[in-house]
Amino acid sequence: MIPQPAVLHTSYALAHAPGLVRYGSKPVREAEGDPSLPARLDGALRPWGEVMAYPPNQVFIGNLAPDGLSSIPRPWYENRMEAARPDGPFGRMVTQAALYGLMKLCDDFDLLAIDERLAEQARAELTGFGHRRGRIGGAAADRIEALIEEGGGLPLYHEGRAAGFIRTAHRQDDSLTARVLLENLAAKATAALAVSDLLERSGLAAERVDYLINCGEEAVGDRYQRGGGSLSKAVGEVAGCVNATGSDVKAFCAAPVHALLAAGAMVASGLYEHVVVLGGGSQAKLGMKFGAHLRSGAPVMEDCLASMAFLVGPGEGGGDGMRIRLDLAGKHPIGAGSSARAVYEALVVEPLERAGLGMTDIDRYAVELHNPEITVPGGSGDVPRTNYRTLAAMAVLRGEIQKEDMDRFTAERGMPGFAPTQGHIPAGVPYLGHAQRAMRLGELERAMVVAKGSLFLGRMTQLVDGVSFVVEPAGP
Amino acid sequence: MDLEDQANVNRLAETSGTDGMVVLLGQPDANSAGLFAETVTRGDPTWAGPLAGVPLGLPVYHVLEPEIKAQMDGDLYDEHVGLMELSADVDEIIKWVAFYREGDS
Repeated sequence: MIPQPAVLHTSYALAHAPGLVRYGSKPVREAEGDPSLPARLDGALRPWGEVMAYPPNQVFIGNLAPDGLSSIPRPWYENRMEAARPDGPFGRMVTQAALYGLMKLCDDFDLLAIDERLAEQARAELTGFGHRRGRIGGAAADRIEALIEEGGGLPLYHEGRAAGFIRTAHRQDDSLTARVLLENLAAKATAALAVSDLLERSGLAAERVDYLINCGEEAVGDRYQRGGGSLSKAVGEVAGCVNATGSDVKAFCAAPVHALLAAGAMVASGLYEHVVVLGGGSQAKLGMKFGAHLRSGAPVMEDCLASMAFLVGPGEGGGDGMRIRLDLAGKHPIGAGSSARAVYEALVVEPLERAGLGMTDIDRYAVELHNPEITVPGGSGDVPRTNYRTLAAMAVLRGEIQKEDMDRFTAERGMPGFAPTQGHIPAGVPYLGHAQRAMRLGELERAMVVAKGSLFLGRMTQLVDGVSFVVEPAGP
Repeated sequence: MDLEDQANVNRLAETSGTDGMVVLLGQPDANSAGLFAETVTRGDPTWAGPLAGVPLGLPVYHVLEPEIKAQMDGDLYDEHVGLMELSADVDEIIKWVAFYREGDS
């Protein structure tokens, strides 16, 4: 019998990273012409308590349903959640000290040094995790000062002081500068947190993972193979997946859905039994829209590294997994054209029609779930709302709903955006944890995840991309 | 508005002049359409790009405006813009783009 692939467990993490915002791509560029910028940025960053209780973050880790966010008045940063907690049913948030500690635990080439005070704080916050990779080592404060004085890297800030340093690994290699290595190490560390939590929550022994697919956007390599990869295996090593190998799937923001489809196909074919799909945080995207936030008097909200991991395996095990309907997979073919109508025809309508289904047979659509509070001040609009309105318009054109029902379609089958603006992270998949819970409660029968990718950003094609899949309760 | 787009508009205005130049927008919501329209008329309100403090005063229209629609092939318009025409808040978008186009700045 052909195994029915299912998403068995989901895991999400947010690592507070105020000290790394100044090294986001946008702040770095802007600071070149404005040396006062890092100090102004620091002044507009939120403390841990505010970040932890920020309603969209609580949705991301599962403590609040997306529908619950709709009833919280905007701006959400002024309406923090009273009952907020750093741990949720399928996710958790960690402090910056824990993040630096994780990066140190993931640092196989001694690139990073943190001072003893920070190391001690990190050890205290990572009890349990640290045992798997030994002790988080700290350096004397004057050693950090000396490293900064010598140059050849970047000072790392924490609680108002330079508490660490990351060095450039090769002075003549643009792919191994401290800035690039910081991005890659942050992606590795945050992904490792999500994968470790995933395995712990699922109860699956790390040794039983057969394969890992990384869908993050960082380019790991050296000057001869800038995007060589495979961060997946590096993360699997940290998580103790000693029997797994892995590879990376690259497709801009659409990569997580490509990766989940590939994982589903691997399980369905019998090639592997347990596949982990993972994505780490994008350090380059921290503070990306900071200018608009500063101007509008909002705090700088791109202050967390987000990560996620999914366990894909056979759905017949009797658990509460979500079956990936491979027969309803959608793709945007090269020849399809890039108008909104062509994209949604390919991603949504065509796969549903193949199975004799209509758009209203999907209870919930998960599109790019960018937090609108982050994107609207910069002029990028409310991305999920625009997508849901477009889907509703498609349903009108197809005669499935009336024009006056568009708002209801959007409210019932959509959701507000709640994910950090880190490329692959918002790609529909942050809803999977909520979908699983809703299916468990009998509140959801069928959800469709739709992701799109802006391939043109790499200047190699004018094309966009997109893929989609449908999940349903796996059943007994 | 993207800094690269601002630089392109600025370069075209400098090299070819603004006579006969029209900016056509396609943003799906009033907020971003307004920001773009403001940028090419009064200058970049975010003071981040090449059009900061550069009031080009270019005529700016949105693809959803009737005078633009009337100049396009109907089938092509339906294929590329029909969905947005149905899903976007057309009146609000037109109001803001017209505000900056016709404003007395």
